[in-house]
Amino acid sequence: MELFAGEYEVIVIGGGHAGCEAALAASRMGYSTAIFATNLDNIALLACNPSIGGTSKGHLVREVDALGGQMGLNIDDSFIQIRMLNTGKGPAVHSLRAQADKNDYHRIMKATLENQPGLSVIQGEITEIKVKSGRVVGVVTDLGDYFACRSAVVATGVYLKSRIIIGEYSVNSGPSGFFPANSLSNSLKDLGFTLQRFKTGTPARIDGATINYDRMHVQPGDEVIIPFSFLNDTLAREQIPCWLTYTNEKTHDIIRANLHRAPMYSGEIEGIGARYCPSVEDKVVRFADKKSHQIFIEPEGRHTNEMYPQGLSTSMPMDIQRAMYRTVPGLENVRIMRPAYAIEYDCIDSKELKLSLESKSIEGLFFAGQINGSSGYEEAAGQGLIAGINAVQYIRDKEPVILDRSQGYIGVLVDDLVTKGTDEPYRMMTSRAEYRLLLRQDNADMRLTKIGYDVGLVDENRYDWFMRKYERVEGEVNRLKDLIISPTREVLEYLEGRGSSAIKSGISLYELLKRPEIAYKDIESLGGEAEGLLRQDKEQVEVSIKYEGYIDKQLRQAQQFKRLESKRIPVGIDYTNISGIRLEARQKLNLVRPESIGQASRISGVSPADISVLMVFLEKRRREN
Amino acid sequence: MLFEETIAAISTPPGQGGIGIVRISGPKSLGIAREIFVFPGDRVYPFRDRYLHYGKVRDNENRIIDEVLLTYMKAPRSYTAEDVVEIHCHGGIISVKRILEEVIKNGARPAQPGEFTKRAFLNGRIDLAQAEAVMDLISAKTERSARVSVDQMGGGLSGRIRDIRERLLNMMAHVEVTIDYPEEDIDEPMISRMREETTEISKEIEGLLKTAEEGKIIRQGIKAVIVGRTNVGKSSLLNALLRENRAIVTDIPGTTRDVIEDYINIRGIAVRIVDTAGIRETPDQIEMMGIERSKKNMDDADLVIMVLDSSAPLGYDDRQIMKYLRDKKSLVLLNKMDKEPLLTREDVAVELGGDIPIVNTSMTLGTGIDKVEDMIYKMFFEGEIESGHDVTVTNFRHQDALIRAHNHLADIIEGLDTQIPLDIVSIDLRGALDSLGSITGETVADDLIHRIFSEFCLGK
Repeated sequence: MELFAGEYEVIVIGGGHAGCEAALAASRMGYSTAIFATNLDNIALLACNPSIGGTSKGHLVREVDALGGQMGLNIDDSFIQIRMLNTGKGPAVHSLRAQADKNDYHRIMKATLENQPGLSVIQGEITEIKVKSGRVVGVVTDLGDYFACRSAVVATGVYLKSRIIIGEYSVNSGPSGFFPANSLSNSLKDLGFTLQRFKTGTPARIDGATINYDRMHVQPGDEVIIPFSFLNDTLAREQIPCWLTYTNEKTHDIIRANLHRAPMYSGEIEGIGARYCPSVEDKVVRFADKKSHQIFIEPEGRHTNEMYPQGLSTSMPMDIQRAMYRTVPGLENVRIMRPAYAIEYDCIDSKELKLSLESKSIEGLFFAGQINGSSGYEEAAGQGLIAGINAVQYIRDKEPVILDRSQGYIGVLVDDLVTKGTDEPYRMMTSRAEYRLLLRQDNADMRLTKIGYDVGLVDENRYDWFMRKYERVEGEVNRLKDLIISPTREVLEYLEGRGSSAIKSGISLYELLKRPEIAYKDIESLGGEAEGLLRQDKEQVEVSIKYEGYIDKQLRQAQQFKRLESKRIPVGIDYTNISGIRLEARQKLNLVRPESIGQASRISGVSPADISVLMVFLEKRRREN
Repeated sequence: MLFEETIAAISTPPGQGGIGIVRISGPKSLGIAREIFVFPGDRVYPFRDRYLHYGKVRDNENRIIDEVLLTYMKAPRSYTAEDVVEIHCHGGIISVKRILEEVIKNGARPAQPGEFTKRAFLNGRIDLAQAEAVMDLISAKTERSARVSVDQMGGGLSGRIRDIRERLLNMMAHVEVTIDYPEEDIDEPMISRMREETTEISKEIEGLLKTAEEGKIIRQGIKAVIVGRTNVGKSSLLNALLRENRAIVTDIPGTTRDVIEDYINIRGIAVRIVDTAGIRETPDQIEMMGIERSKKNMDDADLVIMVLDSSAPLGYDDRQIMKYLRDKKSLVLLNKMDKEPLLTREDVAVELGGDIPIVNTSMTLGTGIDKVEDMIYKMFFEGEIESGHDVTVTNFRHQDALIRAHNHLADIIEGLDTQIPLDIVSIDLRGALDSLGSITGETVADDLIHRIFSEFCLGK
């Protein structure tokens, strides 16, 4: 029995990190939107580690922020510790990571959704997606409510037919005791989607009151806080430390002696886990000669004793969990508050999507987050934002927003998922990006804010902020080009003090800043401080000047890449009968149905010769029409 | 313009045709022509669209490679509808290959199979009816060239390239893992010896590139020059070598060269012998010019054979030439051993002051010729040329890829020396891997991630 319960332009299924961004984007672009969560208490739930960001993930958050998304602002409001990682390396890989207050993170995001005009927040499990003439038309809840829509975003995370496994015990359940969504998988299957089963896991939550911190190393946050959102240049806040400790041979002995009880090895788990996210038993088996693994103890919030022991993810039975945790220095008397578990869930084959994240077979139906085979809050948010924008662009009958691999980590993420697919939960890494030096966390706004503004997601306030920053940065670069300093005694002494070679004649500060040992603050000492520059302005000036040569080199590579990207392949090409393309390549091309020559060239099993033939074929087809 | 890269290939069939044509297509064609082509008398003229230009092709050290005719066809009125330059040179394999090498050194890349035709079609030059044929041509040519290429590579070369790629990949995995996992306690011995490792790999590639030069010797033969005073037995030596080896004597047709070159075959190696005019023992202007001319010939040669008359003492110009031999791969013949000796091996050895081999011969009696052949063979194929002969780079595309990889490695070393952060240096690591991948058909992306996770213990 289905009852008509309402009508929205965009419906978002799932209130996790992808769903929140999708719903906020669609409603902020002016389209009536509803977001459904199986339980409103799991909105923006940090179901695993209580942290946001890290290498490449911090970049994703900055990109979401630059496009007008919420994740950066939300973590800025809820972090309890923040660090810039990789500062000893080049600017391309500096990465922000914050410890979140898990409860605040959820609470603040939920409030943002509730207060967003044009957005309805509804508790309900979606059991069926309604499709008419190849287009999505509505969704049905478990209670029989029918909601009509013009486009929909599926962002169900790990909830589809999820099953939790702890040793010999298993139960059909979502994370942290939330209900699973058991019906939607079948609806997706009926609509023709291929489902696969992935697996992930999480460590136990332990009682901080039972930890002996004297036996651990303290890991404080940065003294100077650099926030995620470009709108927050600096923030001051009292921070809470993390702690570092290590496993040892005793821990490993217990694991080895009980491997037969580990579901991963007993065959209990069929889902495919990620190589980069191994359980501790996995690490002990695969890296048998490593005597110790590091464990970070991370607080789950300001108002709880619960701690998250990063590095002790396991699906061993409870007695083994307790025994092995207690071998770790500082955890001798630890009490487990919530068990560690592995979780299996259904996801789709992301190759069945377009680069807009719309289904290739059903119009108006978009997918984002873990259901696409990715893992991670930030990966989910990035996809959610793109899916939300494109759900609106679809209704508007406008070109979808597609970021390419030289525009953002989001572009790399979506392209990898859609073009290559993934056979394990996909995690973003800086090594996946070819144009890393262009995709820095410091310039995400320069890369993307205009795109967000053009589709109506970035508001006037943010755009104005961005334009003024842009002008300040440009002004400062020009000032440094024009400001020539002479080899006076003072200057020479200063340079010597910095271990920098002497100058013989006048040199612009711009040129001087290119020296590896000279930093922007040296320039300020030598040439005077510029008026009214923010921290992020200076960072931008310094990086763009200092690495100009390498940045130009990457820009040239990116241009070459873009030429192939801009050669569009018309929809509806049947590759079956193109003589000259090898059979394997024809099958792959039929499966992925690439949108450009560039995308086609990245499909595994398609050779450069196949691409050559394809280009000739397309030209022939063009001339025939 | 659709394509930014300039491509080049030999567009006449390999073998003994009367002329060979090197074709260049793309925006840099004209620039390359200006770089390598000289008009008679070193004058500079503009190239005229669709005219034949007579002149010579020279390499970057100003040595003449061949006399040629050059046509320039301005876009779009050419086969590919791009700027096209065709260089018509002497047939056979030597000239065309050397000219192609120069063209590539100056900014073109070797064309893929069927690429000219592909460009012609994509640039609208070939009509629709021919499209299917073009597609078949590309795939057929690619298949054939892959087969040939694999044959050429053999297990040795592909193995060596895989090894190099493997080492680079390993290095990159170590660099990348410290970037993506800054908080893992990973031992990083590799990072500290990155410069060393890069230098080693770079040398390895240099070794392979050197075999490309050797490959050239195998393909094109050794150029040997016979020098000496008049009447010491140079012509007799040449005749003896020719007779002994039933040489294929090919006057290169239609040339106005001032030296006659003959090919002889010593145990399967083609030796191109250039006989120089004798140098006369008169201390005047003309004699000086003779020495200069000999020197010029010696400059170009892979091997210099000097013939001395053992029945006469060393003269001034003998000594002049002998000084010069030290810098060249050379061989000294002490001829006329049938006569009363006035010059001993020891005298010659002292004068030469190096490890230059000396062979006693008598052209009149026909003795020592075998020894000369032995010596030439040994000098070129037994250790005198370095590196193992198990692998040889003979394919232009492979050579091009190796050169590109080598350039990236040079940039890595420069980056490390100027304290450029590792994550930026790794741009060139990726570049080097991509270049080598173009030979082996492997891509960096998946290999790298796989390597990182199989090598390191990471994760939450």
